[in-house]
Amino acid sequence: MKAHVTTRINQESVEFLCEPSETLLRVLRDNLGMTGTKEGCGSGDCGACSVVLDGELVCSCLVLGVEAQGASIETVEGVAASDELHVIQQKFLEHAALQCGVCTPGLIVATKALLAENPSPTEAEARYYLAGNLCRCTGYDKIIKAVMDSAATMREGA
Amino acid sequence: MVALTYHAPTTLDEAVSLLSNATLPAKVMSGGTDLIIQMQRMIDSERLIVDVKKIPELTTASLSAEGLTLGPALCCSKFTRRDDIKQRFPGLVEAAYLIGSTQVQGRASIGGNLCNASPAADTIPALIANNAICRIHGAGGERRIAVEKFVTGVGQNCLEEGELLASIEIPAPAVRTKDAYLRFIPRTEMDIAVAGAAVSVTLDEQGTCIAARVAIGAVAPTALLVPAAAEALVGSRLEDGALAKASAAVSEAASPITDRRGTADFRRHVVGVLTKRAAKIAAERAGEGE
Repeated sequence: MKAHVTTRINQESVEFLCEPSETLLRVLRDNLGMTGTKEGCGSGDCGACSVVLDGELVCSCLVLGVEAQGASIETVEGVAASDELHVIQQKFLEHAALQCGVCTPGLIVATKALLAENPSPTEAEARYYLAGNLCRCTGYDKIIKAVMDSAATMREGA
Repeated sequence: MVALTYHAPTTLDEAVSLLSNATLPAKVMSGGTDLIIQMQRMIDSERLIVDVKKIPELTTASLSAEGLTLGPALCCSKFTRRDDIKQRFPGLVEAAYLIGSTQVQGRASIGGNLCNASPAADTIPALIANNAICRIHGAGGERRIAVEKFVTGVGQNCLEEGELLASIEIPAPAVRTKDAYLRFIPRTEMDIAVAGAAVSVTLDEQGTCIAARVAIGAVAPTALLVPAAAEALVGSRLEDGALAKASAAVSEAASPITDRRGTADFRRHVVGVLTKRAAKIAAERAGEGE
C-alpha cells in the first residue's frame, strides 16, 4: 500500500505518495520530477545522490521515501537562491570542475554542507569530507580547486 | 527491492509490540545503510520494517558521572561532533568516524554497526575495549549483555525475536584511562578494515599500566576480547617487551581469513602492529589526564 508523506523540500511543503520500498532518490526523481539529484551506484558508495536531510549530508539512495515524513530536505535544486548561480556552482564552472556531470550535483550539495560546517577547510579536510563523492572524469584536482576557491570567496562575502 | 510494510514507532514498548506481534519477517532499521542494501538484494517475501529513529531515547547520547548511555540509533555524524564524548572516549569516536563516507555517517549508527555484526565493524572492538554493555528490551523485560557476547557470528547477534537493542552503556572509566582504535586499510578513506585493534589502558600516577582491555576486529568471525594481550600490558610502562608480548597475544588469538584485501598471515601480523600502536596512543592519552 502506498504511503502518504508530507515533507519539506528546499523550504517548500511537499506531499507525495510512495511505496515503502522506494528510496528517497526514486521519489525525488520519478515521483517528483526533481532529476537534479543523480543516481550513480544506488548503494551509497558514490555520493551522486547526496542531499541534506534534517541537517545531515546523506545519500538519498540509502533513505526510504517514507522516512521523509516530517523532515526537511535540501537538494541541488535549492542551492541557488534565485536565478543567479550559487558561488559554489559558479566556481565549479570557472574551474571546469566537471566533465560528464553526473557527480556534480552531489559534489555541489556536499561542498555546501562542508562549508556550512567548516568555512575554512584545509585541502586535506576538504578531500576527506568529500571522499564519498566519486568522480570518474576529472581526477579531482579541478574539483578541489573549485571547492577551495568557493571557500575563500564565501569567506570574503561573509 | 522486496515489498515493505513500514512503521516508525515513537516508544520502545510500541517497537517491541510491533516486533513481537509481527506476521511478516521483521527487521529493525536504524540508519539503514546496511539494511536497505540487503533488502535490495531480496526478491521474494515481504518484510516488516520497524524504524527506531523516531524513539527519542534511541537517538540520544548522555554522558554523566556514571558513564555514557548511547542511543544505538544516533547517527555517527552527530556522535562524532560531541566533544564531551570525544574527550572521554577518543578511540570510540575515532572508530565511528571511520565508518564509510560523510554521507554514510549522516545515517549509520553505532547500534546498527553492532547489530549488523560484520567481522570488520570498526566500532565493535572500540566498544569492547571500553567495557560496553548492551541493554536489550523485549516483551519479557530487559536484559544486559557485554558487547563481546552480543555478537555471536558473522552477521549474527544474540537478539531473540521481539527484542531490540535499547541502549549501549559504557561505565565511566577510572582516572587516567583512555582508549584508541586503529585499523589498516589499503586506501586512505572509504574502505573496510583489513584488521583493527582497540586498546583501553589505565595508568597509575607513575605511568605504570594497572588495567587494560584489548579487542581486535576483522581477524576472526567476530571481534575478540584478548585478555592475554591486556595481561601483557598490565604492570608494564608500555615498554617494547610488553608491547611485543601483547602483539604476539593478539596474533595468536586471531583466526583470520585470506581474501582479496589481505592474506591470513598478513592480517595476523598487522593486527599485532596495530595493537602496539593503539596501546601507545591510549597510554599517551591516559598520561595527559582529563
